[in-house]
Amino acid sequence: MTLTTARPHDMQNHPETLFSVPGMHCAGCIAKIERGLAETPGIDSARVNFTAKRVTISHEDRLTVPDLVAAIGQLGFEAQPVIDPAALVSGEESKALLKALAVAGFAAMNIMLLSVSVWSGAEGGTRDLFHWLSAMIALPTIAYSGRTFFRSAWAALRHGRTNMDVPISIGVILTGALSLFETIVHGPHAYFDGAVMLLFFLLGGRYLDSVMRDRAREGVAALLKHTAPGALILDRDGRSHWVDAKDLARGMTMLVAAGERLAADGVITKGETRFDLSLLTGESAPVALGVGETVHAGTLNLLAPVEVRVTAIGADTAIADIARMMEEAGQSKSRYVRIADRAARLYAPAVHTLAALSFAGWMIAGAGWHEALLIAVAVLIITCPCALGLAVPAAQIVAAGALMKKGVLVKDGSALERLAEVDVALFDKTGTLTLGRPEPTNIDALRGEDAGLALALARASRHPLSQSLRRALETRGATAASVDAIGELPGFGVQGLWGGHAVSLGRPANSDATAAMAVEFRGTSAPVLLTFEDRLRPDAAAVISGLQAEGIASAIISGDRAAAVAPVARHLGLTAQTAMHPEDKLAAIARQTATGHKVLMIGDGLNDGPALAAGHASLAPASASDAGQNAADAVFMGDSLLPVLTSVRVARATQRIVRQNFILAIGYNAVAVPLAIAGMVTPLIAAAAMSGSSLIVVANALRLKGAAR
Amino acid sequence: MTGIAFLIPIALGLGLLGLVAFFWSLKSGQFEDLDGAGMRILIDDDDAGPKA
Repeated sequence: MTLTTARPHDMQNHPETLFSVPGMHCAGCIAKIERGLAETPGIDSARVNFTAKRVTISHEDRLTVPDLVAAIGQLGFEAQPVIDPAALVSGEESKALLKALAVAGFAAMNIMLLSVSVWSGAEGGTRDLFHWLSAMIALPTIAYSGRTFFRSAWAALRHGRTNMDVPISIGVILTGALSLFETIVHGPHAYFDGAVMLLFFLLGGRYLDSVMRDRAREGVAALLKHTAPGALILDRDGRSHWVDAKDLARGMTMLVAAGERLAADGVITKGETRFDLSLLTGESAPVALGVGETVHAGTLNLLAPVEVRVTAIGADTAIADIARMMEEAGQSKSRYVRIADRAARLYAPAVHTLAALSFAGWMIAGAGWHEALLIAVAVLIITCPCALGLAVPAAQIVAAGALMKKGVLVKDGSALERLAEVDVALFDKTGTLTLGRPEPTNIDALRGEDAGLALALARASRHPLSQSLRRALETRGATAASVDAIGELPGFGVQGLWGGHAVSLGRPANSDATAAMAVEFRGTSAPVLLTFEDRLRPDAAAVISGLQAEGIASAIISGDRAAAVAPVARHLGLTAQTAMHPEDKLAAIARQTATGHKVLMIGDGLNDGPALAAGHASLAPASASDAGQNAADAVFMGDSLLPVLTSVRVARATQRIVRQNFILAIGYNAVAVPLAIAGMVTPLIAAAAMSGSSLIVVANALRLKGAAR
Repeated sequence: MTGIAFLIPIALGLGLLGLVAFFWSLKSGQFEDLDGAGMRILIDDDDAGPKA
């Protein structure tokens, strides 16, 4: 082992902050980040999780989030603070299931070894010995690994309902008890192997289901940006210091630089600027605000630094109102009954009646109660929904894996089921149908050296239009000219000197309605007016027509003005409702739901949050607000809108496979149940039938692997 | 038959050993960062880098 520097114990209680560092891709990056950060004063240690592309930094209190981002930045990596996913995703459930699965696997293997000896003709004392050994392994295993099922079955029964776990629990417990009895009376057949193998297969299904939920939730958690992790607070004596969002208090004065998001609601006390409210209202054009006007948490300051007196924090902010609305809207989703449980409602009574009937039948036919009970239990084992328990999770995890490769993170299996059922799609406009960021439309107007000059000026500003211009120029391969004395003039733009010439990039001289989305470049020749627009996402038209082909009608519901929505609606040939508040969007979904439609909501903004929660299923782009991503059933990456169509198609393909799997499982029962009722099922046949049917179902599910292509 | 008296406990014991080893590795976080663990063996640590 290498030398490690011993650390005093009093340093152990330092805060830990998590950062997402998407740029790391090799062993060198791990070493560079961990060593580089550990050498930074104030940082105790850094630990990289490469799989999650995250760094956990343990540091002294005096280092703030921006300090740490800067420290990582110095090493050449872009970092974003993220919320500890452990707070959102407790991997505990998966871990407990994995342990139960490991125990069941161990037990199943060993009991199977003993059972094979019994089947191959062990008799008398040897058989009894092997049965006793099996019992000693199986009974603790059933008690330990079966807890998940017993607990869930008990919870359902207590509320007078039934689910898949009820027949499972009854089957496993009865089988264990009867096999123990057989062992005690030196009987020839013990079903310990069947009971434990059943648990093993079912836990496999449960584990897959749980892993899928964790993986997607963790993916989303990694995307969650702190909307504003805090603010720079101005003290009475004129100095400023960083305060975390949770420690902000009413009456504090925040210094909000251009390009920063507000951490709390407030009133502007100094300065004048434009705010991007699109997160809150969906409106794409920035709004000019001055002293005395109210601004809301989560909105983006575009132009000039302002001072804002905090008037509402935490639960009082406009964001929190929307969050409450989302919580209420999300309750309909929690009432959704998953397909496996719907199947169980029919299945459980059917198999229990069958088992009871065969017991009664054999009693009437003159068999002893012992033999009749043995046959009834054999029926229960054979019908135990081994394949059914795997049918759904196996298909869904393969589909979710295929979607993940296409950049869609599906949060859980129920989301896939709901996604397959939708018949109406409602799109938000800003940030969903469009990219949600301005793109220059006439960049060709910058000729020759103008491009280099504009790039040099644009680089100096954090204004979204400058940033967009910089990206566009850089992709076109422009190199920045050397401009001196670059300065940003609040309320106007950037200016500088190039070889004695004054050059500038800023607000157009003759401001009209379009001024918010245009800049004027004054170089060596005549001034050039550069216009910007929020472009449609690529493939938007293809997605709309693709959804149409799947029988899903689309429409736009937007918080933006009618004039801004009209061009998009016309281009895509969609009807649109405009200027909608979050509650209007909720009402629109409620109307559709009332007429029997199942709504797919696609949106990104905070204002879409309640609608995303209320929709039968919902999708959000990765550029969406935290609230949008939290509320949506699935999050898709990248600029293209195509994942929306892909998700629906894959969800429907999954549903088809799930249905096939159900048919396969029922077909298997149709063959095996008569054998069981006839009393011809020995433990050997039960074991073969169970593993055979499970393998077929899993193999069928694997066909979904290419479904997203 | 006396062979069984030895072989069965040995077989079960080895199986249990595997199970215990798996539980231990799960508890000590060896499955937390599967890709990273593979990468870390490539890091040269002759300059005694920090081990967190």
